[in-house]
Amino acid sequence: MYSYIVRRLAVAIPTILILIVLSFFLMYLAPGGPFNSERPIPPEVMANIEAKYGLDQPMWKQMLDYVTGVVFRFDFGPSFQYTDRTVNEVIAQGFPVTLTYGLWSALFAVVVGVALGVAAAIKHNTAVDYTAVGISIGAQALPNFVMAPILLLIFTLGLGWLPGGGWNGGQWNYVIMPVIALSTSYMASIARITRSSMLEVLNSNFIRTAKAKGLPMRRVILRHALKPTLLPVISYLGPAVVGMITGSVVVDIAFSTGGIGQFFVNSAFNRDYSVIMGITILVGVLTITFNLLVDILYAWIDPKIRY
Amino acid sequence: MSIKMTLKASTAALLVLTGGMAYAQATHPVTGEALADVQEFTYRVLDEHSSTDPGLVEDVSGSEIIRDLFEGLMNQDADGNLVPGVATGYTVSDDKMTYTFSLRDDAKWSNGDPVTANDFVYAWRRAASPELASPYSWYMSLMSIENVDAVIGGEAPLEDLGVEATDDHTLVVHLSQPLPYFAQMVTHSTTFPVHQATVEAHGTEWTKPGNIVSNGAYVLTEHVPQERSVRERNPMYWDNDNTIIEKVTALVINDENNALTRFLAGELDRTEVPAGQFPRLQEEHPNEAISFPSLCSYYYMFNLRDGAPEALQDPRVRKALSLAINRDVIVDNVLAGGQTAAYTFTPGATASFTVPDVPTASMTQDERNAMAQELMAEAGYGPDNPLSTSIVYNTSDAHRSIAVAVSQMWKQTLGVEAELANMEWQTFLEARSNGDFQIARGGWCGDYNEASTFLDLMQSESGYNDSKFVSAEVDSLLAEAKTSDDPNPLYTRVEEIIDAEAPIAPIYHYANVYMMDENLVGSWPVQNVQQNWYSKDLYFTAN
Repeated sequence: MYSYIVRRLAVAIPTILILIVLSFFLMYLAPGGPFNSERPIPPEVMANIEAKYGLDQPMWKQMLDYVTGVVFRFDFGPSFQYTDRTVNEVIAQGFPVTLTYGLWSALFAVVVGVALGVAAAIKHNTAVDYTAVGISIGAQALPNFVMAPILLLIFTLGLGWLPGGGWNGGQWNYVIMPVIALSTSYMASIARITRSSMLEVLNSNFIRTAKAKGLPMRRVILRHALKPTLLPVISYLGPAVVGMITGSVVVDIAFSTGGIGQFFVNSAFNRDYSVIMGITILVGVLTITFNLLVDILYAWIDPKIRY
Repeated sequence: MSIKMTLKASTAALLVLTGGMAYAQATHPVTGEALADVQEFTYRVLDEHSSTDPGLVEDVSGSEIIRDLFEGLMNQDADGNLVPGVATGYTVSDDKMTYTFSLRDDAKWSNGDPVTANDFVYAWRRAASPELASPYSWYMSLMSIENVDAVIGGEAPLEDLGVEATDDHTLVVHLSQPLPYFAQMVTHSTTFPVHQATVEAHGTEWTKPGNIVSNGAYVLTEHVPQERSVRERNPMYWDNDNTIIEKVTALVINDENNALTRFLAGELDRTEVPAGQFPRLQEEHPNEAISFPSLCSYYYMFNLRDGAPEALQDPRVRKALSLAINRDVIVDNVLAGGQTAAYTFTPGATASFTVPDVPTASMTQDERNAMAQELMAEAGYGPDNPLSTSIVYNTSDAHRSIAVAVSQMWKQTLGVEAELANMEWQTFLEARSNGDFQIARGGWCGDYNEASTFLDLMQSESGYNDSKFVSAEVDSLLAEAKTSDDPNPLYTRVEEIIDAEAPIAPIYHYANVYMMDENLVGSWPVQNVQQNWYSKDLYFTAN
């Protein structure tokens, strides 16, 4: 097991390096630059700016400087767009926001999704099943860019219960709508995965045995069926959780949370190279970490898997 | 302030002091209007501002914040006229090349230090320095300060910049050429002073709340990037007694429709109206939906470079395309927010500019269409040989709607097939400046309130002349206008040439279209076409 983890980590490092190199090239291939604006900057001014940010260096040198900065000093450089901030600061400010509502979303999606899925499977082909499936299909069909304005119209404009945006240090009433908007489609997917997985598990031999031993249904479900049912949910959760905690651009923009997704998309539009790189690396590292976590969880839950 | 008004203000103060607080309502010291109890202004901005460093700022929302935090030599009043700021006034030498500003002696920084002429010298040198590498140092060059280009280019030391403090309260500026509108230019945020000790102590972090020292009516108290920026009254400001708004909050809301919802829910005092929604909002909220002219023009530019499609090199074709655009349909039906049809490049709202009566403006649309068809036929295009071209614009619903409408007009009137292509902003800018287009959308807002800020774009050598229109006559007219006492006839001639040769097709002049709290509307400077507003001049009236 430990050697497996070490091996995985050893693979992760070159993966991240490849990610850095690829993003670096792709970024430079995109037309425009961080200092282009409607008013073309005079060449002597542009030369000053490029010198200041080291953009006048050959590309291999820029990349080398960048990678050394990241690896040895954990320094992702200054933002080109927001002059008084470094990328580290941008991430330190935006990531906790996204992490907060992302984790709440993940929790909400898992709890509600699994409950719906289990209920639907146990009461297979009954009104409960149809309702649960209906809710999950509806939630899946409603994308968050439609969901967000609807929530705003109902809870902010109509009822006046919740503020229409902002973050305010993560006060609860600012967090509710982003969580709902972000989690519903994940919740729907989890409900559907849980339902079909549970149906399969309920038909397996060990459940039949458990039932035959005369265990009460509650105990059969919670003690024996739930754990194997969750296996496909967990493999789904790896990338899903990364998606949630690194933020949905749509949710960040709709509710002006100041989260990382908003920085990511705006930095891409502004060609704020260092911010794009910083967030790309963050997402990359998180993806690799969560995939590793999922694999470890798998081994723990499923006795058939051995590393 | 008249005696009567002074009395009124002091009576109000007395009432407050004597404990009549619950009943006393403050009144405005000048207008006498009853003021609301809460004087907090919250408005929406589209994007996070680039900086609150006067030397570096390059966007409108950043400049708005900086105009509250810092004060330059001169300010603008509600009508856009120059009024004293840190300077109480200025004198101009006979050759119009030396400006001498006298600074007030009661101006202070928020830490209590006096504001001196040296603070301006430091700030101006810094804004031009290669070390700061400000993307807005070109503004210093536009101001024609002596030696500015050499300083920016690093060929001359900072000390050579033509600005000096002869004593603590006298700032002398030497220009390299006479500039009639120079005093207007010092209302721009790039020219605002900065506090040397603070900048040197904190480096790039000096603009953060807690570090920043500023000399304006407000100080920065909170800044959460991409979410909010808050400024509150500066008790050290020399005119603090006349400031009414206590706190100003800018909220970053990228989506304009969500911003509108939040305005309607009472979270905002001001937001922009999305294109096309003004008539409905005006009907539902007549006191809150407002529209007034701004100093910006929207136009299509034709690519006149060698190697660009030949058809567009023919002035008859360009003129025909321009004539066939029914501007009234675009401003009344597509935008519907109080914008005005444009037949000249310079907006009528520009100071001391008389809109010339160019031929196209005085025709009816039927006459324009008839003339357009004739010109196209003359140029050899018709049903057997239809012209095909393309329009590029940056991604936006409003630009798309306009492009769709224009292409439809061209098709119906002239049989022209125009392909539409939208591009992401940076890609668009690059394509346009590289000449990689046939017809492109353009928009331009005045840097200062004078016609040359628009017409200079038509100069052959101008870096912003993306059409690459070359006309010796235009160049000499514009050069002459720089030093002329009455440049209007020269500007009229330039506009006539633009109308005749059609390097661009002006489409409309922008309007500022807002939803605004009805108690704030009264103090909003709608007559200030540059929209240089100062929170210190705003106030909420009582209901």
